[in-house]
Amino acid sequence: MKSYKPIEFVEIKELLFKRLLFLCGCIAIVILLYLFYTLVSESWLSIKTIGFSFVFNHVWDPVRSHFGALPFFIGTMVTAIMALIISLPFSIAMALFLGEYFKEGKWASILKSVLDLLAGIPSVIYGFWGLFVLVPLIRQFEVMIGVTPLGVGILTSSLVLALMIIPYSASISREVIALVPQELKEAALSLGATPFEMIRKVILPYAKSGIFAGVLMSFGRAISETMAVTMLIGNVNKIPLSIFSPANTMSSVIANEFAEATEALYLSSLIELALILFFVTAVFSFIGRLVIKKWVISS
Amino acid sequence: MINYKWRLNYFLLFIVSILLVTGCANNNQVELQGAGATFPYPLYSKMFHEYYKQFNTKINYQAIGSGGGIRQLANKTVDFGASDAFMSDAKLKKFDNKILHIPICLGAVALSYNLPDIGEIKLTPDTLAGIFLGQITKWNDQRLKAINPSITLPNLDIVAVYRSDGSGTTFIFTDYLAKVSAGWMSKVGYGKSVNWPIGLGGKGNAGVAGIVKQTPGAIGYIGHIYALQNKMKVVKLRNKSGNYVECSLQSVSYAADTVIPADTRVSITDTEAKYGYPISGFTWILAYQNQNFNSRTEAQARETKKLIYWMVTEGQQYAPGLQYAKLPPVVAKQAEKILDSIHYAGKVL
Repeated sequence: MKSYKPIEFVEIKELLFKRLLFLCGCIAIVILLYLFYTLVSESWLSIKTIGFSFVFNHVWDPVRSHFGALPFFIGTMVTAIMALIISLPFSIAMALFLGEYFKEGKWASILKSVLDLLAGIPSVIYGFWGLFVLVPLIRQFEVMIGVTPLGVGILTSSLVLALMIIPYSASISREVIALVPQELKEAALSLGATPFEMIRKVILPYAKSGIFAGVLMSFGRAISETMAVTMLIGNVNKIPLSIFSPANTMSSVIANEFAEATEALYLSSLIELALILFFVTAVFSFIGRLVIKKWVISS
Repeated sequence: MINYKWRLNYFLLFIVSILLVTGCANNNQVELQGAGATFPYPLYSKMFHEYYKQFNTKINYQAIGSGGGIRQLANKTVDFGASDAFMSDAKLKKFDNKILHIPICLGAVALSYNLPDIGEIKLTPDTLAGIFLGQITKWNDQRLKAINPSITLPNLDIVAVYRSDGSGTTFIFTDYLAKVSAGWMSKVGYGKSVNWPIGLGGKGNAGVAGIVKQTPGAIGYIGHIYALQNKMKVVKLRNKSGNYVECSLQSVSYAADTVIPADTRVSITDTEAKYGYPISGFTWILAYQNQNFNSRTEAQARETKKLIYWMVTEGQQYAPGLQYAKLPPVVAKQAEKILDSIHYAGKVL
């Protein structure tokens, strides 16, 4: 009593499945475009009224309706880039350790799950930890080197951001490093390379585009992080003068002021900040794609 | 086959019974929607809970901030809004339906500081403005010493701490500074978010309190309830009558002990009240005078009025338990009078 499915039926099913997948892909594009459209239309008032000087103006004064994004733009870029620089050596070292030296075994799996857990901890917890542990330490350090001891500021938030993004780039890089073909590594070793030379000359060049993708993803997270940064950066709407200065970022000023922004221009300016944030992320992801493509082709 | 049919019957029975149960629960009851200020939220949720127990009317209140409350009221998606700052004449003009401000209780802004081993300090309006303008930068400044002769103030940098999020607390505080200091008015002004000349920002009362606790030499402004509940050291501030007043429920209530205009849209910072704490303010429920909007029923309008009336009368008893200052009797009477003007398409409710 075996039943046979008519061939047409199977074909229709396949076709439907394909259509469904296509539709899902389209939805993603539509959502992105619609998001962009919303940001532009909602910030139109501010774009029209303030114009291009919005990007270069360094005063943010809701009382007098002067809105400039420069301090927040600088704050965002400085904290994110510093976090990236701090995190990079640690995340690559961790990825090499887990992807090359310590691939299997109980301890390796424990370490891996710890890393995953770190990536999953809500940012407000990092913020609290930073406020109660890191801030006093940084303040002591600031007293030692003789700058105004505030404790909060760019350095503190970059350190916490670095901690938050290490698990991201480390786990992506680890997977890429583990994918390097065994033959290549063995060939290098058989030619007399030391393990360190093998890592430098074979693994890293082979895996660099994947590592870069991981770094890019963590950079995106660092740019958009809101809660932990708000708690640690000091929320000062001025251009920071040193890494110890308090500052503010685009995402944290939006989160701070959005709920009570009643004036139309004020609200619209906040949304324009979101639009700039959208652009920054898009530009970085575009550059990242170019770099990855180039590296993949050249290797 | 029979079995199958029976199963279908059971299923239908199940659906019908669910419909019946939910239908009963609704029972033609009016449900009210409100949105707005976060500051009075603990008090409102207590009041609404008690009101529900008493009258079986359910009230959903979303504490999304005063700005959001006004926006939702403007979009007519709620029965009432709530705000810590009264709406300006210019803003009210944009509405075709008159918006009433009904005061519910009072809040205040306390100044908390972190000076190890030092008891109560006193400040005057001038010195407070001087600190937040960045003109007084050390705790052992002559001007501070003069007010606190019995205390040896340390040679410590002052770190002024403010709310980084837009809030009614900031509005009341900057409104006060703008009244007492011409320099503040011309340089900074007042609002829910301002361009602070100096200092550090913390998110929410907890954020400000956190920075103050962690930073020796810090002084920050905090909603009085948060300060009272956490037993923080607060400044005694000189009021207009020259008395140094501590922030307490009584002194906040006294602040409204002055002439209030009929529509209650007034800032009561720096009032003439003799023992009033000078950085105090009302928090209001906002409602349309003509309750006939957005196809609301008369029953809904009636319920809205009844609820707000209850809040300014019987509901007041729940305020002190949660550290909110009650309306002074005179103001409560004024609030009742405002409520009397509510109508439903011309029909008095």
